Order: sequence, then structure tokens, then C-alpha cells
Amino acid sequence: MQKKKNKIETKRLNFFYGDHQALFDNDLSIEANKITAVIGPSGCGKSTHLRVYNRIFELHRGQRAEGEVFIDGKDILDPGIDLLDLRRRVGMIFQKPTPFPMSVFDNVAYPIRLHFKASQKEIAERVENALRGAALWDEVKDKLRESGQALSGGQQQRLCIARAIAAEPEILLMDEPTSAIDPVGTLKIEELMDRLRERFTIVIVTHNMQQASRISDTTAFFYKGSIVEVGPTKLIFTNPRNKLTEDYVSGRFG
Amino acid sequence: MRRILDTDTAFRWFCKAGAIVGLAVAIALVAVILKESMLALRTAGFSLVFSAEWNPADGSFGAAGALAGTAATTLLALLMAVPLAFAAALFVNAAPPNVAVPVAHALDLLAAIPSVIYGMWGLFVLCPLLQSVLSRFGIEYTGFGLVPSSLVLALMVLPYVSAVMRDVLAQTPVALVESAMGVGCTRWEATWDVVARSRKAGLLGAIMIGLGRALGETMAVLFVCGGVSAIPTGLLDGCTTIAATLANDFAEADGVHKSALFALGGILLAFEFAIQATTIPLIGRRSRK
Ligand SMILES: Nc1ncnc2c1ncn2[C@@H]1O[C@H](COP(=O)(O)OP(=O)(O)OP(=O)(O)O)[C@@H](O)[C@H]1O
Ligand SMILES: [Mg+2]
Repeated sequence: MQKKKNKIETKRLNFFYGDHQALFDNDLSIEANKITAVIGPSGCGKSTHLRVYNRIFELHRGQRAEGEVFIDGKDILDPGIDLLDLRRRVGMIFQKPTPFPMSVFDNVAYPIRLHFKASQKEIAERVENALRGAALWDEVKDKLRESGQALSGGQQQRLCIARAIAAEPEILLMDEPTSAIDPVGTLKIEELMDRLRERFTIVIVTHNMQQASRISDTTAFFYKGSIVEVGPTKLIFTNPRNKLTEDYVSGRFG
Repeated sequence: MRRILDTDTAFRWFCKAGAIVGLAVAIALVAVILKESMLALRTAGFSLVFSAEWNPADGSFGAAGALAGTAATTLLALLMAVPLAFAAALFVNAAPPNVAVPVAHALDLLAAIPSVIYGMWGLFVLCPLLQSVLSRFGIEYTGFGLVPSSLVLALMVLPYVSAVMRDVLAQTPVALVESAMGVGCTRWEATWDVVARSRKAGLLGAIMIGLGRALGETMAVLFVCGGVSAIPTGLLDGCTTIAATLANDFAEADGVHKSALFALGGILLAFEFAIQATTIPLIGRRSRK
């Protein structure tokens, strides 16, 4: 039997906020160069699950993950893993855009300077590439020296995507990346994601069913901390096996 | 209905009265200082700030030494206090509560100590200590002057600066910190490159608050400065400050001497006012964001 190429392999992942258990035995395989949508009602653990992949949860006292999460076959929950490199390889985009308090150029150059030894000229090239990659170059090429925080919300979000891309990651985690963005900006980001899938493995949390069905290849439905159903997006939305999934995607609750 | 309206009106007038009294006192204060300093301004003129010859018995009132002493002690104090305050603020915000809370309380307690106590501590502990330590290296030192003054000031200012910095830093959006860590920053890189930069205005405001306090501090400095009215030229020199000069001289001053002290008070007030005016918008901005 031929094994599919899975970028992320989660096995029996349990997650705790202090004494409160938020994830229960999550098993999930995420294919390389695909977009995987994570859906489910509010509070079901989507963000919690996503935040394990780059171990960002560790910033907060009392939060703890148990189980195994293999990225390229290596368990990233292993305490010996190089965290800084993990976070370079696994970029994260948040719900609200989070441009750094610096110029557009420096926002994108920041992770490059952090992780690579590059000359000024190389940095400038990489910044341009990342901004082009995030479909933002044409809009900001004349204001690279201006503050990143002065851009529009949609532009700020693409700036954050450019910043993530600049670190040359393999995986992009997006937690409701368009829920604070207007429809035009949302459309641009969705188009962008469609192109990014060639280079990256993308996991996106979304409350927007249309968005999930438009852009994702695979969809995972979460409910109360458990993964109820995973499958090809088409199937999940047209012919789900589980009654809960069906009720959720057809908008009967959520 | 009627009753509510009446109490509202009364309350409004009560508030207005409070504001008017406050403003009136401020104006009266400035008026008195201006009026009282006229004599010195007429007789001493610019030499009041450009001459370092302060000798009330001869009628020479050059306060350049006190001005320089004020500037030097304040600057040195901030140089020492600000990095420490920043570190303490970071520590309190990041440490687990069972460690952070006692440290925060200790810092607040430091702020509650009356300045005379700082002065006495400086006089009886710090100055002799400095003297004996330096003498061990063969350096003869009175123990008084710039070094103990700025040390005492630094200690006094530290809790204030740190408390404001703590609040300012605590207001950083979590997502911003997480994004910084998320691109592979270390804690320090995230703090310095992203958090501190995004809180720049508030942090500057915290420093200004320290500056304001250090400039006007009187008792603590009076005890340890040495009361030397010349412009200090070395770290081990004795010095004095505007505030210390005022406290020291006022009891027995009259005539031009008294007027010169009022003029110095006016200068101090002007500086403090300028600092207040720049600080309020800096600190205020953080609550809006
Ligand atoms: N910092 C926290 N401390 C304690 N409990 C938390 C914390 N964050 C989340 N939880 C709890 O964990 C569970 C999962 O939360 P999570 O944020 O992952 O949900 P979500 O699916 O992302 O929801 P949403 O769609 O509203 O973003 C919820 O019950 C929530 O109350
Ligand atoms: Mg969420």
C-alpha cells in the first residue's frame, strides 16, 4: 500500500488549559501542498489545535499538550526540538493583522535578518520576492519606508503573510485570517492562498463555510475538542458521513 | 425627575468649583513666583543662570552650579534607573504570579518610603560606604556629591518608572507578542525589537515621569549632595541642586537672596511643567490604542 505524503501527522493529541481539557485524542493527517480547512462551532478547539503546530501555546503559563505531532516525521512536541527553527518552518497568521511597529520593508526583512545571513542586496531581493509572493508588491513598492501599520487591514494581513513567507517556511497556519478583513481584501487573500498552495502546506481555521469549500482540499470538522470527521472538502460539504457534520455544514448550528 | 436634575446640577457645580479652585491656585502660584523673583531678575539678571558664583553674603547669586548639579544628578540617576526599571517591569510581567506579586509589592513599597528616609539612609549608610570603599582603592573621597545623589535619586525613581513601564508593557496585544515569537524570535528579540518598539511612547512617558520626580526631589538630595554650589566637573565632586538650594537657603533668606530663590523655583516649575505637558500625551496614547 502506498503511503500518502503527509506533512503533519497528529497522533492522540490532548490539550489542557490548566485543569481544563480542550482537545481530546485528536488524530489528524495533513497532506503536503494542500489546503486543509479546520471548521467547527466556536470554542470547539480549532485555534487550540492549530497553536500546537508551532508550539506558540508555550508562551502561556499552564497550557500543555500531550501526544505526538510529527512534522516531516519528527515529533515537534519533543522537548529537544529547535523551537526557533520550528517557528521559522511553521509560519502563523492571526485573526487580526499584526504588523510590527516598523516600516513595510523592515516588517518583511525582519525574519530574514533573524534567520539568514544575507547581504543588504539579498535582503532587498528577498523582501521583494516575499511581497510579490503575498500579492502586495504592486501596492506597496512606493511606500516601503512607510509604517506597516499605516496600510489598510487587508494589506496589513498580506504584509503578515509576506513576513511569514520571508522566513521560507514549509507550513502556513492561518487562524481566521480574513474574519477581520473586508470582502475585497478577503477575495485577494483567498486568491493568494490558492497560489501559495504550490509552495506551502496550509492549514486554515475558518468560520466561513463558503470560504472553506472554495479554497480547501481537505476539511476537518471539530466538535467539543474532538475531530468528528475529516475528508475531501467536496465530500464533507455534500455528503458527510456524520450527522453532526451535516448539521454544522448545513448551518443548523454553529 | 426634578430631584435628579437638581442633584445633577449641584454635582456639576461642585465639579466646576473644584476645577476652578485648582486653576486659581496654579495661577496664583505662578503670579507670586513671578512677582517675587522680579527683584533678583533686575539686580542679578542673566548672571542668575550663567554665573556659578553663589555667595549670598557678597550679594552674588549665580545658580549655574545648582542648575548643572540638577541636570547631572538627574541624568545619572535616569541612566541607572531606567534600564533597571525596564528589566524589573519585564520580570514582573513575565514571572509566575507567586514570584511577580511579591516583587511588585516590594517595588511599590519602595515608592512609599518618604524621601527624608532616603536622605537619611544616604547620609548614614551610603555616603560612609562610598567613602570607605573608595579609600580602600587609595582614593580620598568625602562621600558626598554627584555619586550618592544620583544613586539615591535612582533608587527613588526606580519604582515609579518601573510601575508605569509595567502597565505600558502589559497593554501589548498578545497577538503581537505571539507574532514576534511566531517568526522565530527569542523572548528578548520579541521584547526589544517588537514590544518595546510598539510601546515606545508609553515607555518614554515612564521615563519622563522619572525625570520629573528626579528634578524636583529635595530632601533626599539635600542630605547627600555636599552643598557645593560650584559646577561639578568630576564624578566625585560635591554638588547641589535647585531644589536642595531652595530647601537649604529659604529659612534665612531675605531681600535679593529670597528673590533669587523664587526665581530658581520658577525655573524648576517651568521645567516640571514642560515635562508634564510632554508626558500626558505619551502616557495617554496607550489607553486609546
Ligand atoms: N487561554 C485559555 N484559557 C483557558 N481556556 C481556554 C483558553 N483559550 C481557549 N480556552 C478554552 O478552550 C476551548 C477551545 O478554545 P479555542 O479557542 O481553541 O476554540 P475555537 O474553536 O478556536 O473557537 P473560536 O471559533 O471561537 O475561535 C474553549 O472551551 C475555550 O474556552
Ligand atoms: Mg479560534
